Amino acid sequence: MNTEEQIRKMTDIMASFVGYTAVRLPDDVVSKLSSLRAAEPDPAALSIYDMMFENMRLAAELKRPSCQDTGLVQFRVECGSRFPLLESLEKLLGDAVRKATAETPLRPNAVEPFEEVNTGDNTGSGAPAVWWHIVPGWDGCAIHTYLAGGGCSLPGHAAVLMPGEGYEGAVRFVMDRVAEYGPNACPPLLIGVGIANSAETAAMLSKEALLRPVGSHNADPKAAEMEQLLEDGINAMGIGPQGMGGNASVLGVNLEKAVRHPATLAVGVSFSCWTHRRGHIVFDSDLKFKTDTHTGFTSEQ
Amino acid sequence: MTENINGKTVLTTPFTEEDIRALRAGDVIFINGDVVTGRDDMHIRVVKEGLSLPADISGMALMHAGPIVKGSDGEGYSMVAIGPTTSMRMEKLEYDFMDKTGVRLIIGKGGMGERTAEACREFGAVHCVYPAGNAVVAAMCTEEIKGVAWLDLGMPEACWNIRVNDFGPLIVSIDSSGRNIFAEKKKEYARIKEEQAEIIAGKVRSFI
Ligand code: SF4
Repeated sequence: MNTEEQIRKMTDIMASFVGYTAVRLPDDVVSKLSSLRAAEPDPAALSIYDMMFENMRLAAELKRPSCQDTGLVQFRVECGSRFPLLESLEKLLGDAVRKATAETPLRPNAVEPFEEVNTGDNTGSGAPAVWWHIVPGWDGCAIHTYLAGGGCSLPGHAAVLMPGEGYEGAVRFVMDRVAEYGPNACPPLLIGVGIANSAETAAMLSKEALLRPVGSHNADPKAAEMEQLLEDGINAMGIGPQGMGGNASVLGVNLEKAVRHPATLAVGVSFSCWTHRRGHIVFDSDLKFKTDTHTGFTSEQ
Repeated sequence: MTENINGKTVLTTPFTEEDIRALRAGDVIFINGDVVTGRDDMHIRVVKEGLSLPADISGMALMHAGPIVKGSDGEGYSMVAIGPTTSMRMEKLEYDFMDKTGVRLIIGKGGMGERTAEACREFGAVHCVYPAGNAVVAAMCTEEIKGVAWLDLGMPEACWNIRVNDFGPLIVSIDSSGRNIFAEKKKEYARIKEEQAEIIAGKVRSFI
């Protein structure tokens, strides 16, 4: 394959992967939703869970996006410095989004500010978002895909606290946001929390936290303890599916961290709704790929 | 018109004031008939810019929704996916919108505020929640796209005029007495949050 053919191939795979993630939820989310359904005693909440599973079934059967808000497309790229398509990757991802928008179809959601025009194909200035991480010496490329909905993960929150406010201040910040905005963000939610040094580092980490599997834990024991405390505390609120009340409130709480400054303790929070459209696909240098989020995905979807 | 079909409460457009005033917060209903979609920009056009909607929606349903639609003006449209968007964004304009249009049933997600509750009380209307994220189930209940206006706003913001059949479940969140389930729930969540935050705070205090 020459470079042009390779670019076309990877564009096609990424377009169909993005489309696939709009149609089918990742395996970890489906299994968490089924355990929440099994543990739900409230009949009204239970009927909403049943509807979710019926919707998943119909979406897969008819190959349609499971939620109409297919969001803005975001990519977190971990690209090997020796990956053959490194130089073409950003453009190729834009083309893949355009293709997925037309073929899946995805809802066109990119509105250029000031012009106030919907571009119609989900691309535009800064769209799709591509967050780069270069892996020295590797010849493969791993891509997290995320469809960020306008009612859940795009409206995030961050604040820079004074260290004197402590981790309790961070806990309160997260829980206040959940109580205020959570019921409208299509719970059960996955809550991403970032603890870092500035508004933008904490906010970014809260998004990266959402890209971790449901049920995974931070390697730092205290960070993992805080994830669990928040999860239990938020579940005790009983927000339930759609915010109408129920046994649980969340799919989980994932926390990511970076250093703080002696003078700052920054906290960021991002929600994902139950329609948590996260994908992860890994290419080798011959463009053979594997995904650990969506068993059943092949590029011919 | 309100019917009871196999234990299901089904309302058909145009809704009468009596149909709507009989509903209580927490009731689960299904609807048949005409629904118009409208989000932020459509409310701005009607309320702030004083434009008239292309169709008369008095006694009908408004859905806070931005669908995915296939097709074009020439070949006709079909519904791929449709579901509610966050209703609270329309809170500021909803009272005036309801006053101006006479719409009787609003479908969205999450709750709405005091002004909308007031409008429901005054005009005899309700706000209902459709479980969001279930956009294919909802598309299957859409029988026909009768027309579209204001497509210049983009597909999600345009005003789609659709006919639905057996559309639901819709959970009444604000009834015509002004009872607002979400407002009640949010108070409850906030109360438990305070208790829980206190407990967690005690456990993480030693982290710094
Ligand atoms: S919050 Fe999620 S499930 Fe709810 S409407 Fe938005 S994208 Fe869909």
